[in-house]
Amino acid sequence: MTANDPSPNHLQLTRDGQLRHFLTLDGLGCELLTDILDTADSFIEVGERRIKKVPLLRGRTVVNLFFESSTRTRSTFELAAKRLSADVLNLDINTSATSKGESLSDTLLNLEAMASDMFVVRHSQSGAPHFIAESVTPGVAIINAGDGRHAHPTQAMLDMLTIRQHKGSFEGLKVAIVGDVLHSRVARSQIRALNVLGAEEVRVIAPGTLLPRGVEDLGCTVEYDMARGMRDLDVVIMLRLQKERMEGALLPSEREFYRLYGLNQDKLALAKPDCIVMHPGPINRGVEIESAVADGPQSVILNQVTNGIAIRMAVMSMAMGGQVAERQQKHSDHEGARA
Amino acid sequence: MSGQQYDSLKITGGTLFDGSGTETDNPGLLVRNGRIEALGSSAVNASADREFDASGCVIAPGFIDLCCNLREPGNGQKGNIASETRAAAHGGFTTVCASPETSPVNDSSAVTHLIREGADSRGSVRVLPVGAITRGLDGEMLSDMAGLKNAGCVAVGNGSRGVRNARILRRCMAYAQTFGLTVMFSPENQALAADGYAHDGGVATRLGLLGIPEVAETAAVMEMLLLAEETGVKLHLSQLSSGRSVEMLADARKRGIQVTADVAMHQLCFTEQALAGFDSRFHVRPPLRSEADRQALVAGVRDGVIDAIVSQHQPHDSAAKQAPLPATEPGLSSIESVLSLGLELVARGELERARLLTALTAGPASVLGRNARLAEGEAADLCVFAPEQSWQPSVQTLVSAGLHAPVLDRELPGRVRLTLVAGKTAWTDQR
Repeated sequence: MTANDPSPNHLQLTRDGQLRHFLTLDGLGCELLTDILDTADSFIEVGERRIKKVPLLRGRTVVNLFFESSTRTRSTFELAAKRLSADVLNLDINTSATSKGESLSDTLLNLEAMASDMFVVRHSQSGAPHFIAESVTPGVAIINAGDGRHAHPTQAMLDMLTIRQHKGSFEGLKVAIVGDVLHSRVARSQIRALNVLGAEEVRVIAPGTLLPRGVEDLGCTVEYDMARGMRDLDVVIMLRLQKERMEGALLPSEREFYRLYGLNQDKLALAKPDCIVMHPGPINRGVEIESAVADGPQSVILNQVTNGIAIRMAVMSMAMGGQVAERQQKHSDHEGARA
Repeated sequence: MSGQQYDSLKITGGTLFDGSGTETDNPGLLVRNGRIEALGSSAVNASADREFDASGCVIAPGFIDLCCNLREPGNGQKGNIASETRAAAHGGFTTVCASPETSPVNDSSAVTHLIREGADSRGSVRVLPVGAITRGLDGEMLSDMAGLKNAGCVAVGNGSRGVRNARILRRCMAYAQTFGLTVMFSPENQALAADGYAHDGGVATRLGLLGIPEVAETAAVMEMLLLAEETGVKLHLSQLSSGRSVEMLADARKRGIQVTADVAMHQLCFTEQALAGFDSRFHVRPPLRSEADRQALVAGVRDGVIDAIVSQHQPHDSAAKQAPLPATEPGLSSIESVLSLGLELVARGELERARLLTALTAGPASVLGRNARLAEGEAADLCVFAPEQSWQPSVQTLVSAGLHAPVLDRELPGRVRLTLVAGKTAWTDQR
């Protein structure tokens, strides 16, 4: 890899442009993202059957490697892998292995030696899945389940699936992302996905302390005033606010944040009447969203969770397909070289 | 210093860069007993035990590095005086200033002596220790600066660590000034840099990396310039990364403040874009910033506002870089690539070759109150390099224990053919 190649595609795509890892949405085009959404659509039907299984990953071993705890994301990945008939191993590593002095590389090499085919990785450090895919176990398909502040591509894609189900397409859509964009890997992936899929406008609504420097360059406009920001919206996505944000002098209080940026029925009334309300969860009622809105008719928060399984099935089966195709390609290259 | 010594050596052909900024043809340069005995016409007919044909090469004073980590004492897995001074010689350097950031920190004459003894017995080039400005580099208590100076430290500095507050910084400067010691500071406001490890700009925003804002440097530069003006200490600002720092430096010079500065070669060649693929090699501190910053730093060298180019060599074992980027240790193994990267700047028309060589020789020498000249009677510290020949940094070619060089996948211009330190061969590409 050269230092100046900013595209991660040499890493996550095969020579034929098939997915073999799923690390970030950066560099992936509209066609591939649409393909993921269409594949997920076909898996939604599987979830409605009496026997909710397809044999696409039969005989494959998927390891859920969660270096940061998460109940919901891990459960949906586990269910997705099981519906694809894979063998699943769940490892909540937190810091235990590293506190015993074992490096991340050593932990992963050990797991690879157990003939794993896919790692689903959640890590607190940005770039950890890239590092694993590039330097540690390039022969194992890596699915990013959230890394630091960098990316959470499956979450963004399940959000896109939810939007498409409700709005039909992305054309002409005005979407706002509200709250702690600075610390949010979800927001970064959503902004990217919405731009690629052709949304008309992506707005971020937050105070200056919760916006990363030069956020506009990601492909969004900035609005400090929520009332103005809610105008003409088709979709509003609320982000989770961590309590620690008060300590670092990023916000004065939860109360002031809720008053200014919390979504209540009055503010929602400023958007289009059919505006949908989304949240990647887990929600803080009364901090970023009012219960009446979270549970109200415009909320699609529970659809997001359902769609999470279908999106993860899609991404896992596609990446496994790319990985297997590449192994076969390498094998035939090798045979060709011998002949 | 180890190395082979010839009673006499004559270097013929090539171009002489005499340290004053001019290049002339070399009719002959005679080295005897560690000194340049004759130069020019008087050397043409002299006979010597050995001759070196420098056709197509440039003969320059040996390069001087104001910022180098040799990792000894204490970090043997990352490098040692023998390996890293040999790497320095491979890069054309004949003198390196050893950072106080060793383990233990060089905050006492005992550690300084240890470094000097190591350099005498195992070093390939001259090693000038820089003492720690505070005890343990903790930024809280003054080090024994007079003792450090007596033991041979050429300056005192903070390595890459901050000083807790402006009051202590002011006292450090006033105390160093008492002994005429230059203070070498890498300017970084710790509170603003916080937990960051990348430039707070577009790439960090996209990749979700924790940023170090430009103001973490410029606020510290301003504070240090004002305190230097007040205390009268000789201040050397080390490892600048921001274009605005260069402006502030130029203004301070106009006001008559005694201040010099250096920049690491990688800051002149790379930007935040180098991190775009999470390449942990380019996790350096201060971080690589924007293209505008890079250009302003190059202009600073071109205009002479920045006196010296340094390697900021930081060799590591592979484990230090084998982790997700935020968990890796900062620094490049850079000393062997400085000349080559500089010659690429020359080839791109960003810097004149004479200016590059001055910033590697006379510039850093003047910061240390020394000379770097090729003249009769001077010590024979010199480097002969072939600007047209290329080499590829790799596991096979790098001498340093650190293999994370800034360029690994392509050929670089500029091959060092001979490095002499006091007439001894510290590096040669000939058998």
